[in-house]
Amino acid sequence: MDYTIIVVIEILRAISWLVLLAAGLGIIFGMMRVINFAHGEFLMLGGYTVIMSTKAGVNIWFAMLVLAPLCVGLFGVLVERLVIRFLYGRILDSLLATWGLSLLMIGGVTLIFGNTVEGVSTPLGAVDIGAYSIPAYNFVLIFFAALFMVAIWGVMKFTRAGLIARATMQNPAMAEALGIRTTWVYMATFGIGSAVTGLAGGLLAPLTGVVPTMGVNFVGQSFITVITGGASMIAGTLSASTLLGSISQGMTILTGPVYGDAALLLAALVLLRLLPQGITGRIFTRSL
Amino acid sequence: MEKPVAKDPGFYIMVLIGLLIMFGAPIWFDLFAIMQVTQYVVLSVYALSLAYIWGFGGILSFGQSCFFGLGAYTFAVSSINIGETTFPFILSFVLPAAFGAALGYFMFYGRLSDVYLGVVTMVVTLIFWKIINHTAGPEYSIGDARLGGFNGIPSIPILNMPGDPDAWLDPAQMFKFFMFLLIVVYIGLRVLIASDFGRVSVGIRENETRSSLLGYDVRRHKVIIFAIGSGIAGMAGAMWATYQTFIDPNAFSLEMSAKALIWVMAGGVGTLAGPILGVILLQWLSLKLGTLQFLNNFVILGAILMVLVLALPRGLVPSVKHWALTGWEMFRRRERAAPPAKEVTSDV
Repeated sequence: MDYTIIVVIEILRAISWLVLLAAGLGIIFGMMRVINFAHGEFLMLGGYTVIMSTKAGVNIWFAMLVLAPLCVGLFGVLVERLVIRFLYGRILDSLLATWGLSLLMIGGVTLIFGNTVEGVSTPLGAVDIGAYSIPAYNFVLIFFAALFMVAIWGVMKFTRAGLIARATMQNPAMAEALGIRTTWVYMATFGIGSAVTGLAGGLLAPLTGVVPTMGVNFVGQSFITVITGGASMIAGTLSASTLLGSISQGMTILTGPVYGDAALLLAALVLLRLLPQGITGRIFTRSL
Repeated sequence: MEKPVAKDPGFYIMVLIGLLIMFGAPIWFDLFAIMQVTQYVVLSVYALSLAYIWGFGGILSFGQSCFFGLGAYTFAVSSINIGETTFPFILSFVLPAAFGAALGYFMFYGRLSDVYLGVVTMVVTLIFWKIINHTAGPEYSIGDARLGGFNGIPSIPILNMPGDPDAWLDPAQMFKFFMFLLIVVYIGLRVLIASDFGRVSVGIRENETRSSLLGYDVRRHKVIIFAIGSGIAGMAGAMWATYQTFIDPNAFSLEMSAKALIWVMAGGVGTLAGPILGVILLQWLSLKLGTLQFLNNFVILGAILMVLVLALPRGLVPSVKHWALTGWEMFRRRERAAPPAKEVTSDV
């Protein structure tokens, strides 16, 4: 019984992990069909914000929940204004440019902070479940993954900003004709997507530690989740995370983390062969 | 219109320059310089593999290093096991090509769009890189060859004469052989591009829907193009492995994929000579810049990539050509004679 609970929590944690990693990327992709190849480095930036400000004496929760999204969000707006803005409609170029940005950020952070692993201890202790003990932080991850999804759904469904965003997503030209400045919508979307990514990076930092090249460890999982999910922000991210999270966690329990990743990719390839537009290209097409 | 290869003076000039370097360099330069140039030759073959699939098949792969690494490891493992290098060298073309065909099947028969293609190729490379890095323990060995994880595989055999495992090529012979391979790949690709198959693939690059409406099997074409490119990249990997007599997981790294893209972009997408010039110029540049303390390789690569993308206005190929003409006159004087860039660019 205890073991079952542990396995369920582990799988939930794996799913939340993917949701956290992919949410910011999914927002940007769903809105603008741009894949931000520097996504991993945005996560890294969030991580560094948390670690550095914690070391400077800032409360870790404040650093995670306020500073990280703020810094990375602002950085995202800057990137959008300076780079992405010129590349709308040129998808391949935007991939190349953001990849250049990714390399630049890895190099830049290495120059500033050095190529060493920095870390803080994971807050909260452990929770006992029967004979087993798991980190309480797992529940923080699960909570925030759920919160992300609910918050995005709520904003998109019930607010005026969400309405404008959905209109722009469905038909940019018509939205523009109705007086919406779509370039601002895109800028805001990129900023919010980056902020969410920064928050995720901040949440992951205590678990993984930060190092300039940490992004590569996450981009695989985030990209696969987003493209398998397809264009819908919430339904796509959720369905893909659930499916792939279960597969990779199952594989990880059986063989180890490296093959978990490989299984993730293999599942995604087969899925994309069957559903080239991602899960939400065929199923749940009308969902958010 | 594409010019027939036989009537294009640029083609003969390229081959002539190649032959001149092949036979001349060992006479004019000392051994150290020859070994340096060998590096450029190997990387040029690698650049050509991406130049072909991107420029003439319209397939933008973010994971060309996947095949480069696969070829390198195939060569390393099989040559250590077999004890001679002719068969492993052939295998290092065949195996990556087969893997490329398999991956291509999933991607092209699934009709993945450009974004998805970029992401899938990149992720496949990442996973190879991770798995190979993970193979440090002694339990990860294939025959006599230990994969060695992040330590890589040392003491990879130097190429030997076919059929005679003890007759190793000395550096000058190796250089000549590699130069010969580069010329063969160049001529082979030029002929392939000028053939019916090549014309159809250029047609697919220009307009996929129209090509399929005209009755060409776009998916099959793309798989074949991708497999050929993968095979050439794999061969370049084998050349790299035997040149260094050492290979580590960095062959699979994103940096290696990024380099290929940058060379091809810098030299001009839709050309074959351009990427070779890209290799020479940018490798030399990063060698020079790499000696500066306040820069590292990632910064240089990233900056170059971003500048290349942003500095080019709409329409990639024509602007690259235009930019190459004005900016790199001294390197590309030959192209001035050609008429200005057209919609379907010629394959120099």
